[in-house]
Amino acid sequence: MTDLLAQAQRLTAPEIDYLAVAPILVVLGAACLSVLVEAFLPKAQRWSTQVVLTLLTLAAAGASLIAYANDALPQGKVTLAGTVAVDKPVIFLWATLLVLGFGSVLLIADRSVEPGGAFVAEASVLPGTKQDRAQANRFGMQTEVFPLTLFALGGMMVFVAANDLLTMFIALEVLSLPLYLMCGLARRRRLLSQEAAVKYFLLGAFASAFFLYGVALLYGYAGSVKLADIAAATSGTDRSDTLLYAGFGLLVVGLLFKASVGPFHAWTPDVYQGSPTPVTAFMAACTKVAAFGGILRVLFVAFERSSWEWNGVLWAVAIASMVIGAVLGLTQTDVKRMIAYSSVAHAGFLLVGSISLSQEGLSGTMFYLMAYGFTTIAAFGVVSLVRNADGEATHLSQWAGLAKRSPVTAAVFTFLLLALAGIPLTSGFIGKFVVFAAALESGMAPLVVVALVASAVAAFFYLRVIVLMYFSEPAADGPTVSVPGAMTTIAITMGAAITLVLGVWPSFALDWAGAGGFIF
Amino acid sequence: MTPTYYLLLSALLFSLGAVGVLVRRNAIVVFMCIELMLNAVNLSLVTFARINGGLDGQVMAFFVMVVAAAEVVVGLTIIMAIFKTRRSASVDDSNLLKY
Repeated sequence: MTDLLAQAQRLTAPEIDYLAVAPILVVLGAACLSVLVEAFLPKAQRWSTQVVLTLLTLAAAGASLIAYANDALPQGKVTLAGTVAVDKPVIFLWATLLVLGFGSVLLIADRSVEPGGAFVAEASVLPGTKQDRAQANRFGMQTEVFPLTLFALGGMMVFVAANDLLTMFIALEVLSLPLYLMCGLARRRRLLSQEAAVKYFLLGAFASAFFLYGVALLYGYAGSVKLADIAAATSGTDRSDTLLYAGFGLLVVGLLFKASVGPFHAWTPDVYQGSPTPVTAFMAACTKVAAFGGILRVLFVAFERSSWEWNGVLWAVAIASMVIGAVLGLTQTDVKRMIAYSSVAHAGFLLVGSISLSQEGLSGTMFYLMAYGFTTIAAFGVVSLVRNADGEATHLSQWAGLAKRSPVTAAVFTFLLLALAGIPLTSGFIGKFVVFAAALESGMAPLVVVALVASAVAAFFYLRVIVLMYFSEPAADGPTVSVPGAMTTIAITMGAAITLVLGVWPSFALDWAGAGGFIF
Repeated sequence: MTPTYYLLLSALLFSLGAVGVLVRRNAIVVFMCIELMLNAVNLSLVTFARINGGLDGQVMAFFVMVVAAAEVVVGLTIIMAIFKTRRSASVDDSNLLKY
């Protein structure tokens, strides 16, 4: 006991490099401020204040990130007593997250596509009642989504930078809890939305319990939860391998769940379909970036030396994910579900890059994440435009002949689908190319063959939508395409433009992604 | 008394929680089973702290408690919202989203 007391007295306050962590502090600080805005401003002023505050916050966080990136040591810094590492990959992922977050906030804030916005005016009103029909037509939304978005984004930023497993667990919860709530806030089809929230919450909490048990077992294995200490422990041989394998397995289940990989994807289609579309865009793009950022760091820093022990398992998971995503995507009749299964297939491709454990694999996976994020945000932005009297018309049959009614929307969506399929001159092609090239170099040829077959199968269901839009007769009572307001237009244009730029001129982003490795 | 017994107890509690999540129908009970899993992990963390002779594990247990409390707030809100709508907290009744 005296031993422990002596240990406690030796504690000193850790050094904090404020410039390095400034983007996190700005985002989380503004999230708290945004909660105060909710509490003290009258309802009429909240929407405009929150939108300005949120967008300014993201711009300020981006500015401080640029200041740090210009100023930093060549390889970055580890700060906050070794719990947060801001290195080159983190700078890349933070920049991606901030820009994707900016696009998502624009989609979330838009009130022109759906009068009043995609979010419920009063979340406490019961669905299906008279008050609910009144709130559906009322102009105004539950503006709590803005602080929730900022908290989730802050959690994602900490998650990709976390250098120990406890920080990673807290960040995982900080990013997940707001997302659970945001899923349940749709203005229309509220039963579906609430159901999505319950499913996401119960399965997400279940998965984070697995993650946490993995953390505990690895703590027992290595005597520390720092990734570097776990890496050091795996080179010794006198410790219990049972704890290592069990801990690694449970930890990875939690991470793969968040990234909606393979057999742990069960929540993805339901939650993507039920959530308000702007939230789906945010989840699909930003959560994927954050989850794979975390997976990359854990695999590269902590478990690289034990890779021959777990490689086979993650091979199987990657194959399962690609096959499930591609095959089940074929049978979907709902656009949002189809993109959800496509995200499961993409998660498999990303995992192929992650387990190659080479510098090329790291930069390729990060480039893929960036490319996929922007394409997905723009795709969900387009999905939110196609509407009928009940809200969004997401059933595929309603998309028949869309090109005749709205050639521009159909052309943009076609371009985005081609990017998801990985056709040349889009970012999707370059992303797949660099990831598969890295995997081949690491001697994973069989996995690359499976990935190519899965891409070909997945291309079929993207092309089916294109054929449907261009070569079918529109139904008489089909949906109309809303003319988007400035915010949605900016978000879709940004996503589509970056998809094109990364496809035609990828060298800038590839160089940036390959600028350096993890430090710890 | 060897600390291994506590680890076994923790593994047992965690498994009970996991089985409970899989077989129980009421969302509240499912949620309580998840809390049981988190607390089983706390027992592991404290036991490992004892074995390793450090304070880290005990500190982590406090963090886990805070996270569990935050999760209760969010979880009960969501479950309450759907209970008020459906007059049922059974997870089998929420079946509009499928295939």
